[in-house]
Amino acid sequence: MERQFIVRGMLVGAFAGLLAFVFARIFAEPRIQDAIDYEGGRDEAQSLLDRAAGLPVAHEHADPFSRAVQGSVGIGVGIIVFGIAMGALYGVAYALACGRTGGVKPRALALLVAAGGFLALYLIPFIKYPANPPAIGHEETIRDRSGLYLLMVGVSIVVLVAGAWFGQRLKPRFGAWNASLLAALACAVVLGAVMLVLPSLGELSANVREFGRYATETPQPLTDPQGKIVYPGFPADTLFEFRLYSVAAQAILWATIGLCFAPLAERLLTSGSARSKRTAEPVGA
Amino acid sequence: MSTSTVQGAGTGATPVVLDGTRAALWLFGTVLLGVALYYFIGIDQGATSIFGNDTHVHEFVHDARHFLGFPCH
Repeated sequence: MERQFIVRGMLVGAFAGLLAFVFARIFAEPRIQDAIDYEGGRDEAQSLLDRAAGLPVAHEHADPFSRAVQGSVGIGVGIIVFGIAMGALYGVAYALACGRTGGVKPRALALLVAAGGFLALYLIPFIKYPANPPAIGHEETIRDRSGLYLLMVGVSIVVLVAGAWFGQRLKPRFGAWNASLLAALACAVVLGAVMLVLPSLGELSANVREFGRYATETPQPLTDPQGKIVYPGFPADTLFEFRLYSVAAQAILWATIGLCFAPLAERLLTSGSARSKRTAEPVGA
Repeated sequence: MSTSTVQGAGTGATPVVLDGTRAALWLFGTVLLGVALYYFIGIDQGATSIFGNDTHVHEFVHDARHFLGFPCH
């Protein structure tokens, strides 16, 4: 039965990715373009400052794909393949969760597993290290940032799986409702402690050396040697909208996976048990 | 009773559906595939690179990488 779960998971994942892509194309792409325009203008202002100071001017690197390709086919392929990957992992998680989650029914389990995926693979890591549009993120810290982000993803997965197990252990003593609340509280405490311990991106030593003490890598205003602002900091509204749409797209992706998988899983599990009952009866009789 | 693969059927709750090493291999292979796709969409040619000093994968999925929450240059 695991194969049916996996194939169906990947199919609903691809469909979910398609929906998230349509959303991204309409809502996110204009903000991504704003961010890239900001970056272009800032680079120009920086080279004017450098030239005035007699410093060598940094040259733009040529991109192998045009903005038109990146903003249509590129983001489309990226999100749909991401959806397939998430659907595959979702199918595995669902197959593993079956029969290990107490009295939860097939359709409810489909939504719970999707909620777990949304939280562990996106939202919890996002709370500590939120999505950033182009123009935010220093090239020299990409290793540190990737490591920290993947660490947050890994910790979130482990803590949520442990939380589900812990809840099952508490259930005989506290009942399903209170056991779930206690397990959720334990997860929140552990995750909160991890987020407190991990550094903010602005605190990375390369950033402190280069830019001074800031919480994040969001570009500050550009100033000339007299301290006058010649180019503004990154626009706050663009950053907010980009992050809001990022959360919305992932919510669309995971909700679609859960809602589309739910009836498929129910049909698989009920027909499967009906079949096994039919074959089991002659043996038991 | 041959209900080892479908325990708890009839109560309405989800039954255990996994049985044996073949199921384990399928699950393991699928996790590998999912993680590989996740890596190429989100990480490759950023912090680490499989195809050396090339940026085609990175630049092609550039917008998706930012938008899906991955760290990018």
